[in-house]
Amino acid sequence: MYTQSMDIPGQQPRAVAAAEQGAQEQEFEARIAADRKVEPRDWMPEAYRRTLVRQISQHAHSEVVGMLPEGNWLTRAPTLKRKAILMAKVQDEGGHGLYLYAAAETLGVSRDTLLDQLHSGKAKYSSIFNYPTVSWADIGAIGWLVDGAAIMNQIPLCRCSYGPYARAMIRVCKEESFHQRQGYEIMLALANGTPAQKRMAQDALDRWWWPVLAMFGPHDSDSQHSGQSMRWGIKRVSNDDLRQKFVDATVPQAELLGLTLPDPLLKWNAQRGHYDFGPIDWDDFWKVVNGDGPCNRERLATRVRAHAEGAWVREAAMAHAEKQRRKAHQEAA
Amino acid sequence: MSDRQEWPLYEVFIRSKQGLDHKHVGSLHAPDAKLALQNARDVYTRRGEGVSIWVVPSSAITASDPEDKASNFDPADDKIYRHPTFYTLPKEVDHM
Ligand SMILES: [Fe+2]
Ligand SMILES: [Fe+2]
Repeated sequence: MYTQSMDIPGQQPRAVAAAEQGAQEQEFEARIAADRKVEPRDWMPEAYRRTLVRQISQHAHSEVVGMLPEGNWLTRAPTLKRKAILMAKVQDEGGHGLYLYAAAETLGVSRDTLLDQLHSGKAKYSSIFNYPTVSWADIGAIGWLVDGAAIMNQIPLCRCSYGPYARAMIRVCKEESFHQRQGYEIMLALANGTPAQKRMAQDALDRWWWPVLAMFGPHDSDSQHSGQSMRWGIKRVSNDDLRQKFVDATVPQAELLGLTLPDPLLKWNAQRGHYDFGPIDWDDFWKVVNGDGPCNRERLATRVRAHAEGAWVREAAMAHAEKQRRKAHQEAA
Repeated sequence: MSDRQEWPLYEVFIRSKQGLDHKHVGSLHAPDAKLALQNARDVYTRRGEGVSIWVVPSSAITASDPEDKASNFDPADDKIYRHPTFYTLPKEVDHM
């Protein structure tokens, strides 16, 4: 109709842009449907980009904050061998943080912005790192269970639809397997040690088991982002399925240690072919996620302090590089 | 949170063993090329992943536009005569 096709300046390009966007969106959907990767400079819907930035940066923050509970034991590891191992593991986690921040940066967000979000408390990291490491056995339990759960979660992410995230995850997964094995080996040594050492191992297991199960996130029925993430190929396996897989894998490992998982309802269900387990305390999980866990404040304060105290190093290195550049320039002139 | 001047971004390429190409493995921030090399060594070669490292300022890379993918790369699809399998030769010399 005439009235609708009045020649208003600026309207035409907008209509074209909308049509183009439609075509780009179709191409994106087709790519996802065909299970092909999305790369940084490809067109993607804004919500897809936002979801990835949120997930990848949270993941990066978790790696970095995850260094703190273990770093806490670096100076108190029982032998030089254990100390070297723990140092290597903590260093790996720092590297994982780097790979992930780099993947997030390909989506057009700066490292500083992401760090600000972590340090201001705006961004989340895994709730598991807000629990304390009170004994050496906790280092064993973290490697065995926390890294074990992380591996369960990260293996399907190697097939994530976003290329840089998937590639970072492949690298991370390769490095991760020694983390779980060294943790289990610590537990093994304690479980086969003196009665006091075995009690220490059991105590650590008692404290870490439930928070680790909660790490997989809310039940599928209560998980707000899950559905869309699955459709986009960002998430490949649901929270509940991953949790079940983890329980099934861990029960025999605990039996081998001669330790008891702290769940009276834990029982093999032959019909399902899986272990049944008791209800998770979601109130506690949300309390910790929302900032009221045993160590939230301490972890964040430690992280902010480390960053602030490193500022002069970053500035000095930059100033030095600048000076070298000027000098080289002058010599050339 | 005070330092607004972020270290520049470098892309890291690693030769995994003598005789192979350098391959892109990821990126990192560093104040200059020298420290970029050292940081790359620390994060990307902790388990013997490489024998040689290149670092390149990300800003120095010129990339093709994904929008031009069809016009850049599709023409190769209909030139099947560029592939050896296009030619049918007698059995006696078919290993050629
Ligand atoms: Fe990690
Ligand atoms: Fe780990």
